[in-house]
Amino acid sequence: MAKPRLALYWAASCGGCDIAVLDIHEKILDVANAFDIVFWPVAMDFKYDDVRRMEDKSIDLCLFNGAIRNSENEEIAHLLRAKSKALVAFGSCAMEGGIPGLANNTTKEEILRFVYKDSPSTVSSNGGVYPQQRTAMPEGEIEIPLLWNTVRSLDQVIDVDYYIPGCPPVPTQIWGVIEYILSGKPLPPKGSVLGAGVKTCCDECKRERQERKLKQFFRPFEIEAKPDECLLDQGIVCMGPATRDGCGALCPTANMPCRGCYGPPPNASDQGAKMVSALSSIIDAHEPEEIERILDQLVDPIGTFYRFSLAHSILRRSEKV
Amino acid sequence: MAFEPKIVGFLCNWCSYTGADLAGVSRIKSAPNVRIIRTMCSGRVDPTFILKAFQLGADGVIVMGCHLGDCHYQDGNFKTIRRIPFLKRLIQGFGIDSRRLRLEWVSASEGDRFAKVVNEMTEEIRGLGPLQLYVHKVALNAGQHEMAE
Repeated sequence: MAKPRLALYWAASCGGCDIAVLDIHEKILDVANAFDIVFWPVAMDFKYDDVRRMEDKSIDLCLFNGAIRNSENEEIAHLLRAKSKALVAFGSCAMEGGIPGLANNTTKEEILRFVYKDSPSTVSSNGGVYPQQRTAMPEGEIEIPLLWNTVRSLDQVIDVDYYIPGCPPVPTQIWGVIEYILSGKPLPPKGSVLGAGVKTCCDECKRERQERKLKQFFRPFEIEAKPDECLLDQGIVCMGPATRDGCGALCPTANMPCRGCYGPPPNASDQGAKMVSALSSIIDAHEPEEIERILDQLVDPIGTFYRFSLAHSILRRSEKV
Repeated sequence: MAFEPKIVGFLCNWCSYTGADLAGVSRIKSAPNVRIIRTMCSGRVDPTFILKAFQLGADGVIVMGCHLGDCHYQDGNFKTIRRIPFLKRLIQGFGIDSRRLRLEWVSASEGDRFAKVVNEMTEEIRGLGPLQLYVHKVALNAGQHEMAE
């Protein structure tokens, strides 16, 4: 029997998800033994035309990481959907926009202006030269992908079968999913989140929670966190209560607050809304003025509460007025 | 056609919903723009409900509950008094004017106050104009991203 065919792709991502796949260490050899890897731009030399020549539904499993923010990302998402039997949104960016999704807090024009004109590292003599979609070269015209104004998660563009959350997904969880698929057991229902739990990060966290009421919040650099107490109890904004478990509470274990990369837990659709709810119940104030004073300490609510999930949140992007 | 604001009102069962009812049986005239949803307590109004209302086309959201100290559940509205200012900051981050979200205390005997609050909110939203969000444009264009851009 022919080996099942595996494809991996990166769209708008940092490459960390691909590194996470390699972080299963020597087990990658088992993957190479069990699967016929037919497409993996970060590690192997295949071209898009190789994929275009494949028959529809001839890839058994496609792990797709990265958000959709330009015309190339979108084109390849549609292409891989047509060629794949099971397509997995792999990692925070594909699942919910991830860090690139924070671009939805601004506009394409502002991003281009900063990067190509205003940023301190832009050489002034070249300042103001924007990427041109088409450029005539001696060899012929070259074309670069078109950047969208709004970053989208993979399931806002194509039909997605499964999700594996995380920035990046934890290698042990990745291997768990691959092992399960190789075992030949029946696959879970479509739309399932694999390689993660069904509770919150707090359920995995070893720190002791006393559910203190707070008058003051801190950013992580402002105080030294005590190692055994709940970070929220200490006034550090930790996304644990609004984040799915599965990572083993890696960040709180390393004395850093949870940043929310595993996305909202089951039955919650919007991490920011859940965080507003969670923090509102621990603020220790009854007077409007005092409440405002405490809220002033919570800087950048969008960037903090939607660090990974802005593109997949209820409102998806901010409107600049 | 002139713009008529669509406002979603979350009213607590014990005070504000009864207050709205009193406004009705007392035949007090008020703007018909608020679509009332009865909740057991203003503290039951999850921030998700409010974001969802804006997503589905509300131009404004008003939350009404018992006056502080009068909560049927002792302290439910003390959660609301922290949650709504917090949520105002959040929706501002999304580019939504914070006046589109309002918190008011209306007791069961304040039918006239209910009418006044509803009229005020309606006029304020009328002045602000319709709320236009990316998610509305995506919905109008049957999910077509390029059209929404």
